[in-house]
Amino acid sequence: MISTGTRSKIEAEMERYPQKRGALLPALYLVQAEHGYVSSDTVRELAEIMGLHPVEVMEVVTFYNLFFDRPQPRHHASVCTNLPCSLRGARVLLAQLEEHVGSKVGEPTDDGRLVLGHEECLGACAFAPMMRVDDAYHEDLDLEHAKSILDALE
Amino acid sequence: MRITIDGREIEAREGATIFDAAGAAGIDIPVLCHDPRLDPVGVCRLCVVDVGERVLAAACVRRCEPGMEVRTNTSDIEADRAVLTELLMSEQPADHEADRRERAFGDNALLACARRYDAWGDSLPRGGGRADDTSSSVIHVDHQACILCDRCIRACDELQNNEVIGRTGKGHDSRIAFDLDVPMGQSTCVSCGECAAVCPTGALVDVAIGPELRPRDELEAVDSVCPYCGVGCALTYHVDRERNAIVFAEGRESPGNRQRLCVKGRYGWDYAAHPQRLRVPLIRRDDAYPKGALSKDVRGEHDGRRKPGGIVDYDEVLPAFREATWDEALDLVAERLSTIRDRDGPDALAGFGSAKCSNEEAYLFQKLVRACFGTNNVDHCTRLCHASSVAALLEGIGSGAVTTTYGDIANAGAALLAGTNTTANHPVAATFFKEARKRGTKLIVVDPRREAIAEHADHYCRIKPGTDVAFYNAMMQVIIEEELGDRAFIEERTENYDALATLVADYPPERAGAICGVEPDDIRAVARAFGSADSAIVFWGMGISQHVYGTNNARCLIALALLTGNIGKAGAGLHPLRGQNNVQGASDAGLIPMVYPDYQSVEDPAIREKFESAWGRELSPQRGLTVVEIAHAALEGSVKGMYIMGENPFLSDPNVNKVRKALSNLDFLVVQDIFLTETAEFADVILPASSYMEKLGTYTNTDRRVQIGRPVLEMPGEARLDWEVVCDVSTRMGFPMDYASPSEIFDEFAGLTNAYATLSHDNLGAVGKLWPNPDPERDDGPVVLFDDAFPTENGRAKFVPAEWTAARELPDDDYPFVLNTGRLLEHWHTGVMTRRTRVLDAIAPEAFVAMHPDDGSANGLSDGDNVTVESRRGSVTLRLRLTTRECRGAVFMPIHFREAAANLLTLDELDPDGKIPEFKFCAVRVSAAG
Ligand code: SF4
Ligand code: SF4
Ligand code: FES
Repeated sequence: MISTGTRSKIEAEMERYPQKRGALLPALYLVQAEHGYVSSDTVRELAEIMGLHPVEVMEVVTFYNLFFDRPQPRHHASVCTNLPCSLRGARVLLAQLEEHVGSKVGEPTDDGRLVLGHEECLGACAFAPMMRVDDAYHEDLDLEHAKSILDALE
Repeated sequence: MRITIDGREIEAREGATIFDAAGAAGIDIPVLCHDPRLDPVGVCRLCVVDVGERVLAAACVRRCEPGMEVRTNTSDIEADRAVLTELLMSEQPADHEADRRERAFGDNALLACARRYDAWGDSLPRGGGRADDTSSSVIHVDHQACILCDRCIRACDELQNNEVIGRTGKGHDSRIAFDLDVPMGQSTCVSCGECAAVCPTGALVDVAIGPELRPRDELEAVDSVCPYCGVGCALTYHVDRERNAIVFAEGRESPGNRQRLCVKGRYGWDYAAHPQRLRVPLIRRDDAYPKGALSKDVRGEHDGRRKPGGIVDYDEVLPAFREATWDEALDLVAERLSTIRDRDGPDALAGFGSAKCSNEEAYLFQKLVRACFGTNNVDHCTRLCHASSVAALLEGIGSGAVTTTYGDIANAGAALLAGTNTTANHPVAATFFKEARKRGTKLIVVDPRREAIAEHADHYCRIKPGTDVAFYNAMMQVIIEEELGDRAFIEERTENYDALATLVADYPPERAGAICGVEPDDIRAVARAFGSADSAIVFWGMGISQHVYGTNNARCLIALALLTGNIGKAGAGLHPLRGQNNVQGASDAGLIPMVYPDYQSVEDPAIREKFESAWGRELSPQRGLTVVEIAHAALEGSVKGMYIMGENPFLSDPNVNKVRKALSNLDFLVVQDIFLTETAEFADVILPASSYMEKLGTYTNTDRRVQIGRPVLEMPGEARLDWEVVCDVSTRMGFPMDYASPSEIFDEFAGLTNAYATLSHDNLGAVGKLWPNPDPERDDGPVVLFDDAFPTENGRAKFVPAEWTAARELPDDDYPFVLNTGRLLEHWHTGVMTRRTRVLDAIAPEAFVAMHPDDGSANGLSDGDNVTVESRRGSVTLRLRLTTRECRGAVFMPIHFREAAANLLTLDELDPDGKIPEFKFCAVRVSAAG
């Protein structure tokens, strides 16, 4: 269930766009902030609120990397693997981190603490290699530094 | 504007795309993502052409500009297309020979490109790994063959307006997905098949129903019409003559359906080839008397289960009959019917025709009963569907047909859908309703059940069952009080307004709201939406008509349209959605006891004289009995002999236990049908008839469109054409009938009417014609009727006010629920045809009773439980479904299932004017089955 607080925020967002559907991305951020992911029920509910067909909401959720359609581990750590980062060792770093946490890219750790991922360019090429942990950028990484960042996650 | 394509000067219409202009000039541009029925999206780029710019342009989206010079086939362009094809082919399943689409329809557009460019994707790494989805009963999904052209998504959204398909993921992982990415068979897909019809590859393909396709050009394409509902969709059957089989059906362009079909039309035709078809005449064995039901289901010993071999176990029934020759059977029929006629008088005979039969068959059958039997005891299933609507319409506006087509909703400001489960019962009409809504028509849905169409409504009012009159009276009260009516229309074109105004003044929304269980302000809102629209159409279905006050219900809807001036202009009118494919036509042809063809009264001496001289016989001056009255008369013994052609009253009529006694009580019954129906178990003689697929005839749809259905199959065994059988019986009974063809019968019928007078098989053309039609050679016929006068004596329409009365059998402590009955999307009437089609039976195999979840938990019942539903007349055991579509206090049962026949429970009380039985309201109790 989308809470009444979130619902009224979504309604406020819808006011700001000439067409209600324009508010879909902000609305999805809001519901994801509340539940941690966007469940099928949430998709249906949101579609109802916004006057969309559920399938239209599903399309957007599955298109963007930052929306999740199932429960997520507590943290997301994604290493950029585009060309500049790769030239500076990003792919090797990612493989070493997989080993360090004991889980492959895309597979949550057993304790549900974290999942590794890779990322297309995040515009931080000058500080390659880099990784994003939840909403924060970590740049000019080496293995030890990266490990300590991950180890510090709750 | 002038443009040049490949050196040819061409005249292009304003706004045309290059693809359109080229097509009109006969220049072929290959396309994959484009289909002229869909909004172009320009994603596949196969249609690229050179317009003299830096890059190539996509012809399917690029509009023509004056003086444009286009090249469609330079070597650069062809090279470009070849590369594209190579890329697409590298992702296709490797085995092109096994391509599903080529084997089902023979029209894989991508493989056609591969052949054209000899590009098979072999120069690139081959893609793979995308799975199949085989969960749907009708469509096989092969994600690997999908090229993401978006055609299916647009077909589902823009044509069928179902919005089931979308895309999931992105980049290389993109796939089409159903609903929230569930398997197709578990999604809200209604199996209309439109997506498979438009798919250009092997990604979405019909699961084979007919035999596997041989080369497509060895098939014969036969233009015909769907045999099921009153929408009357135009379609083409692709027929394998050599194997006497339909291979597949395809929607055809017509003003009515614009190539759309529903699951029944597209996939429901294989019943005609079912092994249980009757092949020889059958005569009841001497040791099978006294007559009575033969099978367990029909005896009433239901166990709620399906027979393993099909819906009817022939082994239970056939031993009571022996095979006979046609001569023997027809002689026996003629002799027995003549004996009864001569001994007990003509009125001891009666006939039921069918709304599934053609106009020609209906006309001949009523002529047989009237002129040869000598009685007006002839009726058909219109009595069970819109008889009350027709009674109200004839009384109010002088004509029983629709005043405008369903497609006219595109021009309507508002549309009221009253008591109609349109998405199930008139599926293709419903697609146009949803489409109109998207373009701004306000949809108002009023129904105790929250039908699927309610999801699309601007206003949905859930009224309590049986309170329609109070609701519409209140709407009119608001419209009058707030002066939303059309004064000029009322003054110039109607009469009896004051009586209406006086009566509805007693129905303020506060009072009606309490009766209907609706907030008074909701009634006001709906009245304002309807009353303030520039034009509005009223559509209604069985929820209005199938009541003991069905005529009153319809009177209110007619008054509502008159009050707001909504008849006789575009986007306005009255449209009772007719159920059967030919219920309009069968009624037009006089298959009703009070009137000859074209609603000419049997009680009017001048009219009678006209028919007496046309038919050369003296005719009965008394109106005949209606369907349920005939059953009652059979029970009392005053009707002794019956001829039933294509009807199945055992299941279709209310109170089955009484019908069983009535049918057993007949001295003589002949049943002419394509299968052993429940009714046939009571027959003395059973005649094997022709199915729709085997005969030529005309059928009149809900819009008044008269269309030709054509034979596509040979009849099985010794089965014969129905019209020939009727002629033979008549001739043997001393009233010779002799026609060379159905078209000759049509001419005789048309000549006795005004509505059909100008029509003939020859001028109906590819898509039929609307009646009345002053100039069928040139004109499709009038969509909107009565723009200046009504066909009444003084040219005015009449308000007929109606008081609300409570239903006949109200729920009480013993029987606390209201039982409502109706249809499912996949099935038709008594299931004789649909339950014998593979797809329809697979999707909806079993009976159920639906109840609101809160009522379920209040009674300790859960979804899927086996329950017994009992009324004062009978009981059935079946599965419970809990759904919020039902309202509290009411349950719903589909009527199609002999092993759990809803009509065992229903009430055989009749509407006083329309003589329609009460199918939608009786009291029942529901309890867990032992
Ligand atoms: S079969 Fe019809 S409803 Fe189902 S997905 Fe295809 S187009 Fe949509
Ligand atoms: S909507 Fe009616 S006429 Fe059209 S295909 Fe379906 S059943 Fe046949
Ligand atoms: S057909 Fe024009 S882009 Fe696909």
